[in-house]
Formats: sequence, C-alpha cells, structure tokens
Amino acid sequence: MYSEKVLDHFMNPRNVGELNAANGVGEVGNAVCGDIMHIEILVKDNVIEDIKFKTFGCAAAIATSSMITELVKGKTLEEAEQITNRTVAEALDGLPPVKMHCSNLAADALHEAIKNYRIKQAAL
Amino acid sequence: MREIYMDHSATTPVDEAVFEAMIPYYTHQYGNPSSIYSQGREARKGLEKARQQVAGLINAHPQEIFFTSGGTEADNQAVISYMISNAHRGRHLITSAVEHHAVLAACEYLHKNGFELTVLPVNQSGLVKPDVLKKALTPDTTLVTIMHANNEVGTIQPIKELAAIAHEAGAAFHTDAVQSVGKIPVDVDELGVDMLSASSHKLYGPKGVGCLFIKKGTKIGKYLHGGSQESKMRGGTENVPGIVGFGKAAELAQNRMSEHWAYLTRLGKKLQEGIREKIPHTIFTGDLANRIPGHVSVCFEFVEGESILLMLDSYGIMASSGSACTSGALEPSHVLLAMGIPHEIAHGSLRLTLGKDSREEDVDYVLEVLPEVVDRLRTMSPLSNQTKGEEANV
Repeated sequence: MYSEKVLDHFMNPRNVGELNAANGVGEVGNAVCGDIMHIEILVKDNVIEDIKFKTFGCAAAIATSSMITELVKGKTLEEAEQITNRTVAEALDGLPPVKMHCSNLAADALHEAIKNYRIKQAAL
Repeated sequence: MREIYMDHSATTPVDEAVFEAMIPYYTHQYGNPSSIYSQGREARKGLEKARQQVAGLINAHPQEIFFTSGGTEADNQAVISYMISNAHRGRHLITSAVEHHAVLAACEYLHKNGFELTVLPVNQSGLVKPDVLKKALTPDTTLVTIMHANNEVGTIQPIKELAAIAHEAGAAFHTDAVQSVGKIPVDVDELGVDMLSASSHKLYGPKGVGCLFIKKGTKIGKYLHGGSQESKMRGGTENVPGIVGFGKAAELAQNRMSEHWAYLTRLGKKLQEGIREKIPHTIFTGDLANRIPGHVSVCFEFVEGESILLMLDSYGIMASSGSACTSGALEPSHVLLAMGIPHEIAHGSLRLTLGKDSREEDVDYVLEVLPEVVDRLRTMSPLSNQTKGEEANV
C-alpha cells in the first residue's frame, strides 16, 4: 500500500532528532489522533540551514516528516512556505488516500516552525 | 529472509492432513450433496462425517451443527435471525462492548431497524461482570450475545455464568467462539449456550467455512434464503471440500488439544515475560489469568502500532495491531477503548499470536528484534522525551 519511497523514508528516516541551536520550533497533531509532528529549524540569513524532526505516528507520518526535512534544507523561508502537504505526498510518489488527511501534516509543522521563528525574530 | 508468522488469531495455515482430506472432494467426489446418484451420495457422506467431527469438538449433536460461510455469517444468523424469529416475544437484545464486528454490526443493524440494543461495558481486563448483565436484562430481552474469547486481547469470558443469568431472565444466549474453538476446551453443554459460532480457518482448516451450533429446540429461522440445504436452515449448495476440511481440522484439534494447550501456554508466557523484561513502558492488555494460550497483547507507550508492524515486517515478523491506522479508521480499537485504555496508548497496540508450528527460536528471535524496533521508534517519537526525566528520577 505504501510506495518504495515512503518505505525508504520510514525505514531510514533523514534528520531525526533535535537541534541544539534551533531558532524555530513547530508541533502539530495530538496523541489522541495518533500523530504528532515536531520540527525544529535553524535559520541563518533567511535560509533553513538545518532541520530536525521527531514524530509519533504511522509510517506515513514518519516518512512525510523525513521527506520535508530533505525538501527544505538550504531553502529560503519563502521557498519553504510554498511547500504544502500535497507537495510532500507527491515527493513520496503519493500516499494511500486514507493517509492524506490524518498523517500528512509535515508541511503544517514546518509552517508552524517558520511562524515561531518569525515571532521570535520580531521580539528581538 | 526468515518468515515468522505470529498472527494465528487472524488466520492459520491449512494443516496438510486437512488439505489432503479436501482434495478428493474437488476432483473426484465433486457431486452436489443434494443429488441422489452415487456422486451426490459420496459428497453427502463427506458432509455428514464433517458434521460429526465438528459436533465432537464442541460436544454437540451432529444435528445441531449448521455449516455456514464462516464466523461472520454464523454470528449474523444467530443475532439477526434469532431476533426476527422471536420478535413477538420481545425486541431487546444485549451484547458487550468488546465483541467482534460480526456481532456488533449485526446488533447495530437490528437497532437501526427498530430493535432495542444494550451494549454492556467491560472491566479493565475486558471481562463482562455478571452483575452488569443481570441489571441490563428486562422482560423484553430475548437474546444475549457475548463472545467466548476476545480476538484482540485474548480474554475468556465467564460464559457459563453469563448464560445462566440470561436463562433465568428468559433470554437465549449466543456466544461467538471463533477464537476459542480448537484452542481451549469448548463444551456447549457445560457452557449452557443456545447458539455458538465457530470458524474453520482459525483452527488450521480452510477459509470460507464455519458453523452455527443451534441447540435442539431453539426457535430460529434461516439467514440465507434458498433451497432446503442444512435441514432447511441455510439455502445454497454446500461448500463440500471446505466443510470436509473443517471437519478434519476439528478432529485434529480435538486430538491435539491438551498437547497444544500446554505448549502454547508455555511459549506464550516466555514471550510475554521476555517483553516485560526487555521493554519498559509496556502495558499488557486483557486478562492475564483467563486468556487464550499463546496470545500476547500489549501496548507500547510513545509509539504507533502500524509503524511497529511495518518495521517488524522488514525483519520477517508478521503480527497485528489495533491502532487506528491498521483498522483503516480514525479511531483505535473499540476493544482497547472499552477497557479504558487511553487513545494515545491504544495507538501503540501489538498482538502476537502463536500457533502450533511456532518454535521456541521464533520467540527468541522476536524477543531480539522487538525491543530494537520499539527503541528505534521511540527515538523518533517526541512523546518519549517526556519520559527521560521520569526515568532519571527513578
């Protein structure tokens, strides 16, 4: 039911963990639904220099989290903001329809992290 | 790659002796049992022998065994046909919150069509308390249906006691025994049930065959309308090879019962204790004393069931989970929720069910792989962060 790419990102997730010097943090979902995505970013000169994730959820939730970290590393914030949950699913060669809704939240978590970064910057 | 099948509550492989017994009924004795010529008579003989074999396994009379297409049809007939046939006496039925969907959905279907339904709660081990049933019975109750052993958590219900309470109140009692027949002694007389469902593929027989035991004198109509097969209780040409296979599987199960029971109880305990020892933050679900042998059901905190299954699969281990993702629904298992397990923990459920061909080294292999899998997923989980501090304090 899952594409090769989903299984690859699930079995060998990229950029798992936390950043010591994160300046933007985003988290979406909740444990009751069975999916939580936590993304940390390190932004320098408007570019996402580093990104890490931690995810509680099914294979689709883990694979989309891993994929988005690959998609946005080195991208400007504006470019990263263009990425949607759909873009992530397409980059993984698609997700089963039932997963599109509940487990495809990585872009939301990333956008939250960028928002958090911008708020922190404005407060400086 | 190694293949370790640990999902025997989902289905079992067909025993070779069972398959051997079935073959002639596909190729040589292929007649319709309703035909009067020799081919038909041979098929009829096979059918009636199977009826005796299945009856023998559950201590019923052969005339009380009605073959069906499986457990689901048997459950549907017991619930729906019984309620319709007895609607003049009352329109209330009682079931439990942990039933298989074959029973629950049939009850809900009746409820939507004007019958009154009570779904009994269970305690934290998944048991229906006899007092709870007592209070739910009304003069209008005609049927109580409560499963013998639970498919997800393995809990065995006190059927004898529950059936006696139903009878005292004038209601009939049906039990879905799909998970218990062939694994533990099931005696319809001893249990005191009026109807009982069983399925062939859970006891090393073929898929697509089951039966409904209907105690002599029970008033119930047919479910599948058609010809006069199965003593006018089920229309449709009989699945002769399947039924013959079911019969053979029942006979083998009866002969090997005590041997398998002892073996699977020991192996299941080893698996359970190994998990307890090696994986912290694990919750064992179901009743640890009254359960199906070789049935291990757990919830691992901070991880999700589908992820566990897929990762186990990459090591060749096949198991199942009651997580939302694996059921295709948004909610995790209704059984775990009914037992009061919180959503976030129910998402991390895993069921490992051993069978007669499971080996000790299979259990050792699972005990080697599973802790690693859970640990890898926990490293990825934002929820397990919260426990690091707790553990440091211990």
